[in-house]
Order: sequence, then structure tokens, then C-alpha cells
Amino acid sequence: MRPLKTLKKLYDEESHIVITEKGSPPRVLFYGEDFLLEDLPVGTRVVFPRPPLEGVPNLKAAIRYAINHPEGMDPLHALLKPGMKLTIAVDDISLPLPPMRTPDVRQTILEIVLELAADSGVDDIHIIIANALHRRMTEGEMKRMVGEKVFDAFYPDRYYNHDAEDPDGMLEIGKSSANEPVVINRRAAESDLLIYVNINLVPMDGGHKSVGTGLTNYRGLNAHHNAQTIRDSKSYMEPKHSALHASTTRIGHVIDEKMKVFHIETALNNRMFDGPTDFLMKKEEDFTEVDRLKFHAMKYSLTKLPRPMKRKLFFSIPAAYDVIGVHAGATEPCHEKILDLCWKQYSVPVEGQSDIVIFGMPYVSPYNVNSILNPLLVQVMALGYLYNLNRGVPIVKKGGVIIVTHPLYDEFDPEHHPSYIEFFNRLLPETRDAHKLQHKYEREFATNPSYVHLYRKGNAYHGAHPFFMWYWGENGRQHVGKVICAGAENNHVPALLGWDRTDTLSEAIEEARGFMGRSASISMVHMPPIMQTDVRL
Amino acid sequence: MHAHSDQQAAPVKPGKAAFYDVDGTLIRTNVVHAYGYYAMNQGTFRGVLGRSLGTLASIPAFAGLNIVDRKVFNEFFYRYYAGLSEDRLLTLAEDLFDDVIKPAIYPKAKDLIDEARRAHCRIVLVTGALDFTMRPLARYFGADDIIANKMQFVGGVATGKVIPPIIEGANKANVIRDYCEKNALALNQSFAYSDSASDYAMLSVVGRPTAVNPDLRLRSLARAYNWPILNVR
Repeated sequence: MRPLKTLKKLYDEESHIVITEKGSPPRVLFYGEDFLLEDLPVGTRVVFPRPPLEGVPNLKAAIRYAINHPEGMDPLHALLKPGMKLTIAVDDISLPLPPMRTPDVRQTILEIVLELAADSGVDDIHIIIANALHRRMTEGEMKRMVGEKVFDAFYPDRYYNHDAEDPDGMLEIGKSSANEPVVINRRAAESDLLIYVNINLVPMDGGHKSVGTGLTNYRGLNAHHNAQTIRDSKSYMEPKHSALHASTTRIGHVIDEKMKVFHIETALNNRMFDGPTDFLMKKEEDFTEVDRLKFHAMKYSLTKLPRPMKRKLFFSIPAAYDVIGVHAGATEPCHEKILDLCWKQYSVPVEGQSDIVIFGMPYVSPYNVNSILNPLLVQVMALGYLYNLNRGVPIVKKGGVIIVTHPLYDEFDPEHHPSYIEFFNRLLPETRDAHKLQHKYEREFATNPSYVHLYRKGNAYHGAHPFFMWYWGENGRQHVGKVICAGAENNHVPALLGWDRTDTLSEAIEEARGFMGRSASISMVHMPPIMQTDVRL
Repeated sequence: MHAHSDQQAAPVKPGKAAFYDVDGTLIRTNVVHAYGYYAMNQGTFRGVLGRSLGTLASIPAFAGLNIVDRKVFNEFFYRYYAGLSEDRLLTLAEDLFDDVIKPAIYPKAKDLIDEARRAHCRIVLVTGALDFTMRPLARYFGADDIIANKMQFVGGVATGKVIPPIIEGANKANVIRDYCEKNALALNQSFAYSDSASDYAMLSVVGRPTAVNPDLRLRSLARAYNWPILNVR
């Protein structure tokens, strides 16, 4: 008999993989704001996420322990001095996805830190949402994120969104070793101490990326949010293989040299669904009759609702994430500990790549909370996020096929994504070449005063943001041979993206097999919840 | 022989401009408010009473004409200025700005103009109002130019006639086109901002139209043509 340790290892490595057999149940796939239930070909490898790790038993105690025992820095109470200028930056609404149940972990951290600051005689405190070129959060969203107590005490004068276009609000604090400008929010840069409160949903987040990306402007982001850097990044989720992270690290070193930054980083488990939707956390093999009933009832009801109502419904269900760890202190040692936790939750070992990989496409991305997953965002989800959720080796072979399931409707939110509309309708018909788009049009969009105004005074993503979304798909685009959107409801959107479309998933698989050969290997990555394939070649 | 071509200067990139309608776009007031102010500041009791009552009595006619045709409205309306002295109009223009126009400027209007200036746009106000009433506002916004209606004066007294072409509707598009040509500006790179569907021509003549605080008709046009929609209120 095998020893327990070996059995545990075997279970750990293989329990997340199911090879489809003749009697295997059909699989549940997200299809935008709907669901599909599809039989997959025999032999298809289905990769499931790990079950959620246990959350820390006492979150407040974990936070207090972290700030009292930080990595590579003095405890927070020793850094706080009466009369000092303190700025606290927090991640924006793009994290976590979907937004977590209240109290949000940022609220819990802020309440502890603000109490400590008050006890230490620190009164000059600003809380800044590190939204970079993302849209400004609305008043309601801001209140939800930090809770009523903090909101009432600080909003609007001392709790606000970062404004990357404020001509007086940015400060260049230096240049990186590769001559990249390091431009930071002036209030943060001129503070005696900056505390950055982060949420690490995936390993791409946090670390040097927090301050250098979240609190910078268009010029600062140009250093790494460009077509070439993205093309040179094997995976954004594996910092060691990412040119993007190499750049943010160089910039981060300047920040750590010129500013005093105390990070409080958190990692979440992957409990995206619970209660009435908890069956979405299970393998279909483990569905009970009640689960099947709930799923069919939900699927049927959704088909009867108009799309805006479906969105409202989905965004009204917050995720039941638990915090699995809190670490604080200096950028690198603190982030390393958090990354370990992230990998522990998300990493799923997989043996070898596949010719064809199927992803169900959910209704949400980091850039459309309370809004529409428009065609550019479907593109960034497919080629930027789902493709990149790996540890340096993608699950799809070079030249292989990605199949996504989404209606790919031609719908945009004019309040959140006005510049996306022009990008999609005016630029993509001319070219899909990321370099050409960058050099010919990016600046024009970034400086368009209407888009600047909508970013600063409305709730719109910056004019340069659709370009970043296109670059984000660049390494995926260079790698795959074909993308097929199964269930796309029109021809022109997939055509503009350079994708193929089919009516059904079976047709998409047939087309992919026609492209890759009859014996092509197929994998389905069963997301959400989030996971990262750890492919061994 | 080749040396000459090597030394040729690179073609100069044409500049761009941002054209702003004023009433309803940057400020809450309109031409009637301006005239009302003049009417109320006639100096003599008889003058004040006569012009104020006349203006009040004509409001239904103004409203009707404004709906039917902005050009006819302007021509009809500016007749009320007949007999007013140029000196008085110019002097009162500063007070008109302080008392009526400045408090009516939308809160985010100046930011919108500052953003265009930072994008190296020439700032031009294009309005059906009279030029002398707009000068202090242009100064306040730091505008480079005003394209506005000009009152005809004979012997220092307003005739009530506007020197053609009257700046309204389709004519706004013509003057913008001429302005760009005269100042070597790229029409397709330029911006236009308006709140009203009556400025459809002005918006569609430039490459970058934007609806600002749009009325229902303009909002639906902007949605149909994918023009950005701003709110500066």
C-alpha cells in the first residue's frame, strides 16, 4: 500500500483533472450572462480549480499581527508620528471579482489602521483609490468599499479617486535604471508615509505593481503598458516570466528609494459562489439532484430576462471570499509571502499542453464591474486573462485553438467605456496590429479632451485604456493559431476581433479539430472560480 | 542634387481647434437673458418699463420662433436692440458678465476648456449671441477667438440688424470650416461641443464631435453616431 504522503500528493495533483468518458455529465459553462450545458468529446481533459482554502479564523487579529510583525520594516505603530502626513492608497473596484461581501477586507484594514493613526496623533490623513487610468468609483461604490464610518469621516475631501490627469496632482520622483519615468500622485509622493492596502486575487497584482501602476499617470504607464512589453511577457501571472513585472520592479525600486511605503497585502481564497449558487463551485460529477434543479431553474430564468436585468442580478450577488492571509511591510518580502499563498490557492498542476482549449466566458472582468462586458473586454478576457492564467507555460500549444463561449454582442457602456466605442468602430476596421495602433492612435486618444474630461469628471476609463486592453491580448494573439467564439450572435464583432464564430460549442470543436487535426487534444478550463494551470511539459 | 531633398523640412502638422457653443453648453443663460439685462438697465424709468414689458410680451413669440427656426428667431430678436447706444452696450457687457453670465457658468465648463488647451487645441467660442456680450466670457475662459453675431451700428447706435452671416445652425458649420482653412487647422482633428440638436451641422463638420448636457434629440443622435456625451453641470 502507498504511504499516506504519496497518496495525498497524488490526490493533490490529480483530483482536479477529469478525463471525459462516455457517461460523463455535461459541463456547465458561463456564456456571458447565461449558461451553457454542453457534452464534451470523450477524452477531453477538464481542469477544475482547487477547493477554497480555509480563511483566517480572526481577520482583525491577522491584520493586527501583520502590521505589528511586518516583513523587512518596523511595525506600523513605530512609523506613525504625531503631525505626520499620511496617505493610504487602496486598490480600486477591479479587485476582487466580483466585489466581495461587506465588510470588504479594505474596510477592516482601514478601520484598524485609522484607529492606530488616531491614537498616534496622526491627523493629516488622505485615502486615495489607486485607480490609475481606470474609471472613478461612484460615491455608492466608494461607500460600500470602506464602510459608512470611514466614508462619513473622510469623503469627499480626504477620501477620493486618484486623478492621473490633474495637472498639479502628479510628481515625477525619478527615473528607473531603464530610464522609465517614475510619476506618482503628488499627495502620496509628498507624504511622510504611504500605506498601500491591496487585494491579491491573482499573482499579477500587488508588490511593486501596486504604487507604481495604481498611482501613476499615462506617461508613467507607458513604460510597460505597451505592445512590445506585453508581447515580451510570457505570462503576466508569473512575475519571473513577465517583462511587465520587470519594468514595474525597476520603477518600484525607485519608489522604495524615494518614498516610505508600508504595504498591507491580502490574499483571498476562491470562494466566488455560495448559497443558492454554490453548485458553481462543484464538479458536475458531484452535483446533487437539488444542484441540478437549481442550475436548470437559474439557466431557464436567465433566458427569460433582458440582458441589463441579468447584469443587475449578477452584480447584486457579491462573492463570499475569505481572507487566507495578511502580510505587511516592505514591498518584496511582504509580496513574496502573499504570492506563496496565491499559488497555494490557484495553482493546479497539469501534465502537458493541449491543441484546443475551451474557456467559458463569464459576465465580469476587472474593467466592467456594474457595466457591460463589451467586445474589447471579451477579447482581453480571452487572450489577456484566461490565456495568461498560467505559470509561464500556457495550457494551449503554440499555434493551437482557443474556444470561448460568449454572445459577443455589439454593446458598449457609453458612460464607462466611451473611448472603447471609437477604438472598436474606427480603429479595428483599419488594423489589428498592436504596434500600429499604439504608434498611430494611442496618443490621440489619450489626449482627447472629451475623454480626459469623461475620465476626470465622469466615470469613464481613460482614452488610452482600450489600447491597453488590446495590448493585453497581444501575447495570447501571438501564441494561438485561432480563436473561435462559440455562440457569437453576430458576424461583425468576431470579424473585427479577427476571430471565427460558430453557433454552438460542438461546431466550434469541429472547426478547431479541422484546423488542428482529428487527433487534436482538448482541454476545458472550468472557470470561474479562478485557477491557474501549472503546466509541466 | 540629393542634398537638397535631404534638407527638406518635414511637413508641418496642422493644428487643431476646439469649438464650443456657449448657451446651454458652457453657461445656463441664453441671448434672451442678455437682452433682458440690457432692457432692465436702460437708465430711465420709461426705457426700463418699455423694453422690459416689450420683452415679456414677446416671450411666447420668442419661444415659438426658437422652435421653428433659430435663424429667424435671431433676426427677429436682435431687432429689440435697435436704438441702444454702442457705448452703453459695451460698458454694460462687463456688468452683464459679472451679474448674469458668470454665475451661470456650469461648474465643470472651465475644466473642459482647460483640458482642450492642454491638448494644444485653439479655443474658439461659436455662438449666436452678440460678440460684445461674449468678450468678457472669452477672456474668462482664455479663449483664443470668438465667432459670434455682430450688431450693426450707425452713428454709434444699434440698428437692430445683425451683420450677415448670422451665426446659427448650418452657418456655424460654414464659419468653422472657413476658420480652420484660414488658420491652417485640421478640421478632422478638431473638436466641437454643443448641447443642442440645432447644432448638428457644427458637430458633424468636425472630426471629433461631443454632445454636452444634450437635449433629447441630440442625445439620441450622439448615441446613434457614437459621439461622446459629457455633462458639465
